[in-house]
Amino acid sequence: MMQEIPLTHILFVSTALFFIGMYGLFTRRNLITMLMSIELMLNSVNINFVAFNKYLFPDNLEGLFFTLFIITIAAAEAAVAIAIIINLYRSHHSIDVEDATEMKY
Amino acid sequence: MNISSILFYAISALILGAGVLAVTSVKIFRAAIWLLFSLIGIAALYFWMQVEFIAAIQIVVYVGGIVVLIIFSIFLTQNSGKEMNSPTMGKKIFSAMAALFGIAFVGNLIAQYEGFAYPSAKPFDPNVAEIGTQMLSTTSHGFILPFEVVSMLLLAAMVGCIVIAMRPKNDTENISLNNNETK
Repeated sequence: MMQEIPLTHILFVSTALFFIGMYGLFTRRNLITMLMSIELMLNSVNINFVAFNKYLFPDNLEGLFFTLFIITIAAAEAAVAIAIIINLYRSHHSIDVEDATEMKY
Repeated sequence: MNISSILFYAISALILGAGVLAVTSVKIFRAAIWLLFSLIGIAALYFWMQVEFIAAIQIVVYVGGIVVLIIFSIFLTQNSGKEMNSPTMGKKIFSAMAALFGIAFVGNLIAQYEGFAYPSAKPFDPNVAEIGTQMLSTTSHGFILPFEVVSMLLLAAMVGCIVIAMRPKNDTENISLNNNETK
């Protein structure tokens, strides 16, 4: 089982996923889609943690714990971000970042 | 090329293809659904790596929690069938160039270690009992302190969400006042 896939191929996948998330963060101007891009980037990091744990340190479980804590914090972060987005929508009637300019300059 | 490696490349194609569509789709609801597929693909990758517990957590928290939360907020804040403003061509080109440069740069670094590590001969089967024991253990390899800290963080996030999203009190009074006036 899975003897043929070296660690580097998994790292290629997570690298590509990270930069796809970065592209989304640069091009999107809608707060919800920017949050979605951040979720993709966090997930690519999780893949790395699990892959390194499995391939290099099969005796330990540290990578799995890091993944678990990152997932927990990502959930808390998404909840707070969506509360802020809903509050912003209530005051600006838009969740476009270009429309929230009170603190610009 | 055995069945396991074919499975790995199929899962990777699913993750990356759905990820690209999630960041480029012009309809926000479709972007959320593509994100859902990408996260399911990542859960499949965890199953492929035989870390079933993490895969289950990924499905429960991301697919069942965060994506549903995002879809709810899309329904609350905008017209979901409407197309979003497309970014300007210059911004698209420069972002794509930045992302491609990043992929090429990091990929080049990784490629130097091609064939660096294959799965070790030792079996890696973290069962849930082991994870639970180590999570709550107070010895030097235990994770009880981060566990408690993260529980405080979740409590704070819960209270914070309610406070942030709550309508200010005088605001509701104004609305009820207006309603009375219209009556």
